Amino acid sequence: MTSFTGIPKYIEDLLAEQSRGTSRRDFLKVSGALAVTFGAVAVASPLRALAQTAGPYPDPDFRQLDSWIVIHQDNTATFYVGKTDCGQGTGTAFRQMMADELDLDYDKTTCIMGSTDNTVDQGGSGGSDAIQVDAWPMRRVAAEARRVLLEMASQQLGVPVAQLAVAAGVISVASDHSKRVTYGQLIGGKRFNVALTGANIDATTGVAKIKSVQDLKIVGQSPQRYDIPAKVDGSLKWAVDVKLPGMVHARNIKPPFAGAKLVSVDESSVRGLPGFVKVVSKGNYLAVVCEREEQAVNAARQLKATWQKPATAPFPASEDLFAYMRNQTATSTANPIVVGNPDDAFAAAATSGKVIDAQYDIPFQGHTAFGPAHATADPSNGQMTVYSNDMKSYGMRAGVAQFLGMPRQNVRVVWMEGPQGYGRTAADDAGFEAAYLAKEIGRPVRVQWMRNEETAWDTKAPAFTVGLRGALDAQGNLVAFDYDARACDLNHVGYNEPETVLIAQLMGIRKEKPSAGSSAVPNEMYAIPSRRMRASVVGLPMVWETPLRTGNLRDPNGEQSTFASESFMDELAAAAKADPVAFRMKLLTASTADDSGFKRARSIAVVKAAVEAYGWDARPSPKGRASGNILTGRGIAYAFRSQTVVAQIAEVEVNRTTGRVWVKRLVCAHDCGLVINPEGLRRTLEGGMLYALSRAIHEEVQFDTEKVTSVDWLSSPSLTHMDVPERIDVVIVNGDPNPKRSDLPPYGAGETVCKPTLAAVGNAIFDATGVRLRRVPFRAARVLAALKAADVQRTSG
Amino acid sequence: MSTINLRVNGTAHTVNVEPSTPLLYILRNDLGLQGPRFGCGLGQCGACTVIINGVATRSCVTPTSSVRGEITTLEGLSTGGILHPIQQAWIEEQVPQCGFCQNGQIMTAKALLDKNPNPTDAQIREGMARTLCRCMTFYRVQQAIKRVAKAVA
Repeated sequence: MTSFTGIPKYIEDLLAEQSRGTSRRDFLKVSGALAVTFGAVAVASPLRALAQTAGPYPDPDFRQLDSWIVIHQDNTATFYVGKTDCGQGTGTAFRQMMADELDLDYDKTTCIMGSTDNTVDQGGSGGSDAIQVDAWPMRRVAAEARRVLLEMASQQLGVPVAQLAVAAGVISVASDHSKRVTYGQLIGGKRFNVALTGANIDATTGVAKIKSVQDLKIVGQSPQRYDIPAKVDGSLKWAVDVKLPGMVHARNIKPPFAGAKLVSVDESSVRGLPGFVKVVSKGNYLAVVCEREEQAVNAARQLKATWQKPATAPFPASEDLFAYMRNQTATSTANPIVVGNPDDAFAAAATSGKVIDAQYDIPFQGHTAFGPAHATADPSNGQMTVYSNDMKSYGMRAGVAQFLGMPRQNVRVVWMEGPQGYGRTAADDAGFEAAYLAKEIGRPVRVQWMRNEETAWDTKAPAFTVGLRGALDAQGNLVAFDYDARACDLNHVGYNEPETVLIAQLMGIRKEKPSAGSSAVPNEMYAIPSRRMRASVVGLPMVWETPLRTGNLRDPNGEQSTFASESFMDELAAAAKADPVAFRMKLLTASTADDSGFKRARSIAVVKAAVEAYGWDARPSPKGRASGNILTGRGIAYAFRSQTVVAQIAEVEVNRTTGRVWVKRLVCAHDCGLVINPEGLRRTLEGGMLYALSRAIHEEVQFDTEKVTSVDWLSSPSLTHMDVPERIDVVIVNGDPNPKRSDLPPYGAGETVCKPTLAAVGNAIFDATGVRLRRVPFRAARVLAALKAADVQRTSG
Repeated sequence: MSTINLRVNGTAHTVNVEPSTPLLYILRNDLGLQGPRFGCGLGQCGACTVIINGVATRSCVTPTSSVRGEITTLEGLSTGGILHPIQQAWIEEQVPQCGFCQNGQIMTAKALLDKNPNPTDAQIREGMARTLCRCMTFYRVQQAIKRVAKAVA
């Protein structure tokens, strides 16, 4: 074997194999581009790596070009990146960006992601930053590889670099293209041995400069996602599909009441069951392990355990939550943002204008991942390998090592695809459980949660209650705005901390202090002369071991804060008898101050684009009483996140008799700067909007004073095919005021799109019915009750 | 334990299991057919859908001993390495996000289109209503089904 100098051993072995002359097909098997079958069992390609590398697993060195890019003899390349793809096609986008910088065709590249021993630690997924932040070092290292290859070609062809041309992995003499050499001929199967610089991974760079936007050719096209064929033909092996020799199956038994203490376990209740292996318990964590999966499911149901209820209620019932939150002393409050003189402005408006107050409430909403938490851990060779769909695989590796008291380099996480993350796997309970159980049992363990566990005990988006006040002057101008939010978010988890994953909490492990959590203020560019915005956090009585754990859910606080502020903006427009778009445009254009990312100019462009795409009929809301059973209306909302700007228009039908809301049409105008893959972006935006629509009309975690009662898809409904709009229009604005700038950056797109939907739908319902709904979800019963209260239910002419 | 004979994707299998074991576990763990997946174990989401005698069936709540007739799983849709037109449409429409639910979407759409090759929008919605997706790819799923229907019509 060649000497190990900090590039992944996997890559080291791969190059050694290639130098012995391996075929491309074999290479692709090793590189993970194909799912392969060996022995009797079809396994995912990462398992091939297991067979090759028994550990330890030192951190790959990000300052080595060889850690990022391997060029093969057949003039193809594999990119190794420290990200995970939650299904938005980031892997495809990385390939496009790196292939472009490298000057290699897209279809001559592959991308390996997220396994901690094969790829540098770019943190996995989170914060919609894959393209915005993590793609920069990828582009720079690809540009550096191209530079090094040009130098090598210059030497070989005896021509200065300046006289060489590059296209599709072939370097030729510009004046005589018959003099040529391919990347594969120059370096195929060999190491670059080029050191990179940079204080951290994000800053990784070589000497080469990246291309200007105008020179990018693959970026901006829409190659199909490479991961989709294997997802539709059944050949992809997911983290749930891992099978290892000697593997056993585990199921958890959760406390039947929040805060319940495990008093005793009667192992004799399951000892005689077929396939029984072991009952494992520590503190209030309890699991049963069996040879076969259905045996473990059955044993978990049969196992008799005695639990003691806590002396005091862990939380109020869900219907009392908002009153509880409003009466609590805040555990933390961020410094208020104050502009102008809100107190004076409100006082003046009280006499000469109008002051409006409102309270908006957003309940806990769960991740409710489509597939429950799962992982498989293998304790072979004194190491610990966790096969997981953890979006933050690197964090889990560090967390599991600490949790088990093992050195970091003896633990690795092999990332494989899984059911949508959107934050849930950033607190990956099952990975820690599998690792713990594997260490206890001494055999590979596969653990999977049941549906009721996942829906009741997964992490939740924090509930919010928001107090709002606005002042209009005599001309209907918004002169003062007060926003006061309380988020139920104390002890927020989400970073695979060994002290806060659920198994640790149940075992009685405690951090010195629960995490402070966070609340949020709205993100818009409205120029309002006076404003005050406050954001506080409150806690529930039970802070640890609670099923109401909060975590990061697809823009952790943005849906809540935007629902409140953009609904209220509509209330103000209605009070001013102004068209909701005109009211907002006036606030956007009331200042010319902008930021370095031109967020004001881009906000104006995005709102205009949505209005044009929809064909907005300018008039104040509500529309006015209509006859018939179905009332129709339209509503707009807008927000930004970081530098990404989005405006949405919803058109609704409200059934006056049943209260059912159907969003018939959705329009989204979106500006995330440089677009890498327009068709991929379009689908991400559609999914994100519909996801937020589900939160608008269906989703709510319900609980009594003992336990969460939302436990399956009936008690925790989600959007269905019946709810899907008839038409969705996505307008990709990409509206930098200077379209010729060569450095237009790409911004994130996974989460911003979720922010305005709730308010757009609520505003449309108001337009249709004249009834303002200040609490989501807009389930039929709630809408019907509100219509009845406002006497809209009766058909009138 | 009982000996049970199954016919899956044209191949006969004999398994020796508890007769009440849900078919899903047998397919996934004994026969290596992992297209169907566990989503809820309650027959509510569709992740585990297989087709038995032309009917889209939730294998997570189907006792193995109750199965009579031919089972088709996602792996059995393609023939001779050629993808089924539904699978092809799924790629052309770039339907999946994470893809975990797509077994249910594709198998339910297959049963729907086999019965009704040219469904109306309302029939598509109703036929697919109980097949969930948390990435919310519904809009593209419906587009893909319409694409297949159009190609057939």
